[in-house]
Amino acid sequence: MKLARTSLIALAAATACIAMGRAALADELSIMASGGAWQDAQRKAWFEPFTKETGTKILEQEYLGDLGKVKAMVDTGNVPIDLVTVETATVLQGCDAGILERLDYSKIGPRDKFIEGSALDCGVGLDAYGDILAYDPTVLKEAPTSVLDLFDTKKFPGKRAMRKFPAQNLEWALMADGVAPADVYKVLATPEGVDRAFKKLDTIKKDIVWWDAGAQPAQLLASQEVVMTTAWNGRIQNAIDTDKKPFKIVWNNQILEYDMIAIPKGAKNPDAAYKYLAYISKPENNAKLASYITYGPVRTDAASFVAPDALPKLPNAPDHLAGAYLVADTEFWGDYGEDLVKRFNAWLAQ
Amino acid sequence: MSASLPSELDRPALARGRSAAGTDPKSVSAALRRAEFGDRLRSLALAAPLLLLLALSFGIPIVLLLSRAVYDPTIADALPRTSQALGDWNGQGLPADAAFTALAADLSENQARGSAYELAKALNARLPGARSQVLKTVRQLEGAGGKPPLEVMKSVPFWSAPGTWPAIRTGTHSLTSFYLLSALDLRWNADGGIERVPPEQAIFLQVFLRTFFVAGAVTLATLLLGFPLAYLISSVPKGLAAILIVAVLLPFWTSILVRTAAWTVLLQKFGLVNDLLLWLGIASERLDLMYSRIGLIIAMTHIQLPFTLLPIYSVMRTIAPSQMKAAYSLGAKPFTAFRRVYLPQVFPGVMAGCLLTFILCLGYYITPALIGGASDQLISNFIANYVNVELNWEMAAALSFILLVFTLALFGIFARILGLDRLKMV
Repeated sequence: MKLARTSLIALAAATACIAMGRAALADELSIMASGGAWQDAQRKAWFEPFTKETGTKILEQEYLGDLGKVKAMVDTGNVPIDLVTVETATVLQGCDAGILERLDYSKIGPRDKFIEGSALDCGVGLDAYGDILAYDPTVLKEAPTSVLDLFDTKKFPGKRAMRKFPAQNLEWALMADGVAPADVYKVLATPEGVDRAFKKLDTIKKDIVWWDAGAQPAQLLASQEVVMTTAWNGRIQNAIDTDKKPFKIVWNNQILEYDMIAIPKGAKNPDAAYKYLAYISKPENNAKLASYITYGPVRTDAASFVAPDALPKLPNAPDHLAGAYLVADTEFWGDYGEDLVKRFNAWLAQ
Repeated sequence: MSASLPSELDRPALARGRSAAGTDPKSVSAALRRAEFGDRLRSLALAAPLLLLLALSFGIPIVLLLSRAVYDPTIADALPRTSQALGDWNGQGLPADAAFTALAADLSENQARGSAYELAKALNARLPGARSQVLKTVRQLEGAGGKPPLEVMKSVPFWSAPGTWPAIRTGTHSLTSFYLLSALDLRWNADGGIERVPPEQAIFLQVFLRTFFVAGAVTLATLLLGFPLAYLISSVPKGLAAILIVAVLLPFWTSILVRTAAWTVLLQKFGLVNDLLLWLGIASERLDLMYSRIGLIIAMTHIQLPFTLLPIYSVMRTIAPSQMKAAYSLGAKPFTAFRRVYLPQVFPGVMAGCLLTFILCLGYYITPALIGGASDQLISNFIANYVNVELNWEMAAALSFILLVFTLALFGIFARILGLDRLKMV
C-alpha cells in the first residue's frame, strides 16, 4: 500500500516534470538535418533569420539521413524533433510506414506554386539539386560532354565512382543504351527494361568504385582514386569554391531531385514546425539558400529572388537545363525501389 | 556454469570413495545434490540483479526484435473481411467476386482509418508494384460516385493479374515464413513447395558464406601473426615484455573507426603502402588495395590482432621454460618438444583467441563499409541497410536470426569437440 502511494507520488512528479518540459518547449523548434555544408547553408539562409523574426529558438541536430532513426523515435513514442530533412524517396517511404505526418498545405503555402513533384503528401521541398558528373581536368585530358560518358571506357579509361544505389544509375544506363529520357521510367517498369539496364551496367562494372556518403565523390577525385565520378552538384561546387579544387561539372543528362523537409509523427511542437515551413516556403526566402550552397529553389515564382551571382551555378539554371535532363520519378521509386535495391545488391555481390 | 564445475570434477573421486567405503551410493549423491542445490540457489540469488538486467535490457529486446522475422500481422489486421472471404478459395485462378467486394470494403476502411499507406507498403514487400496500385484503387473507390465497388476493383487490371491473390492470401497469415525463407534465398512456389529464388535475386547465402570466409581468413592471419609475437613477449624479460604489450594494446585503445580511417589513408591508390611497394620495386604499378577483399582482410587483421594474441599470451606466460628443457634433456628434438609438450598446453588459449576473433568478425560492419568494395560487404552491412535505409525490420530480424543460429551452431560444434571448460579466456 505504502509502495503504491510512493509510486503514485513519483508518477505525479514525473508528469509534472514532463508538463513543465513541454511548456518550456513552446518557443523552441528542434530540426534534424543531414549536416555538412548543406546544414551550414540552411543555418545562414533560414535558421538564424527565422529566429530573429519570430523569437523561436532553433535546436539543431544532425543525422545521416537514415529513416531508421526516426522510425525508432516514432515507434517508442519519444519524438524529440519537430522537423527532419529527408530525400524525396525517403518521404514516400516514411509516409507509407506512418512515420511522417501528412501535411496540411493550407498552413504552408499554395501547393500549385511548387515545381511538380516537390510538394508531396508528407514532405515539402527545400531545394533542387542535380545528380551530375564531375572530373578533374588536370587528370582527364579530354573533357566529357555528358554524364553518359561514364559508360564510354574506350574514350575515358580508368576507374569511375558511382553511388552505391540503383536510383540514377539505372536511369543513366538506359539512357546510355539509347532510351529517350521521357521513356526511361516506362522501360524501367518492365522486367526486360531492368535486365537491359543491368546489362548496360555490366559493361563497366569492373571499373566502378562505389560511394555512399555525399562527401566521398570529391575525396575520390582529389585522391585520384577515380578519373570521374557522379555526385550531387553542391558538394563538387563546394570543393571548387572552398577547397580551390580544379574540378569541372558536366550538366548534360543530369538528373534533378529535390531535398525535402517533413514533420515526424508525434512531434511535440507542430505549430512552430508549420510556421517554419510557411516561412521557408515564401518565394523570397526559398531563393535565399542558393546564396550559401548551389541548390536551387523549388517555388516556381522564386527565380527572380535568387542572387544574380548564385544563379549560374544552380542545377535548374536555364543553361543547365538546355541539354538533356531527367526529373527523378519518386512514385516509381516508391513502387519498385525495394525490389530494385535488392536486385542491385545481388548484382553487386555477383 | 561455475557452480557445476566442481561437481563434474568430484564425480570420479566420489565413485572411487563409494567402492572403497561401501556406503549407500544413492544417499550420498542425494545429500550432495541437496548441498549443491543450496549453494546454487545462493549463487543464483547473488547473480540475480545482473541476470535481471541482462534479461530486461538484452534478452527481451532481442527476442522481441527477432520475433518480427516470423510474425507480421500488418496485412491480416488490415484485411479482416478479405481473409475471411479467401477461406474457401482453392488458390487456382481468381477467387469469387465476394473476395473482390470484401477487399474493396477493407481498402475503404483502411483509407478512413489512415492506414492505407502501411497496407500498401506491406503488400509491396511481397508483390512489387502493389504500392501504387493499392493507393490508386483506394482513391478510385473514394471518388467512385455510386459506382459499385466490385466494378471499380474489376476495372483495375492489377487485381485480376496472376500472382496478386496468392500473395494477398499468404499475407493474411500473421505467422509467416516469408522473411526467413528470403534470408536463405528461398521462396514458396505456386504449388506450395519451397524453391530457390532465381539467380539474379539470390544474394544472402553468398553473403553468409563470404562473411564466414572473411572471418576465417582474418582468424588465420591473426593466429599466424599473433602466435610468434605472443611467444616472443612471454619469453623476453619483464620490462621489455611490458613495452611490447603496450605496443600491442596501444591501437586497441583507439576507436575502431579511427583505425579504419587510418587504413584508408594507407591503402589508397596514392597512399603510403602503394608508394612503398613502388619504391621497393615489389609492384610495377599502383595496386587497388582500397575497396578490395585483401585491403579488408589487412585492416580487420590489424584490429583483431590483440583479441587473438592476449588469450594465447596469458596461457604461454604460465608455462615454465624448464619444461622444454626437460623435454630436450629426455632426448626430444626441438619440434617434437614443441609439438608434444608446448602446443598441447597453449592449445586452449589458441582456441579461445581464435574463437573470440572469429565470432567478433562475423559482426563486422564499419570496416567492410569503408574499406571493402561492393562485393566485400558482410551480412551486418545488409542488416544495417534493412534497418536504417529500407525500414524492412522484418527482413533485418530474419537475417539476424539466421546469423545467430549459424554462430550458435558453430559455437556448439566447437564446444562439443573441445569442451568448454578447456577454453581459457584472458
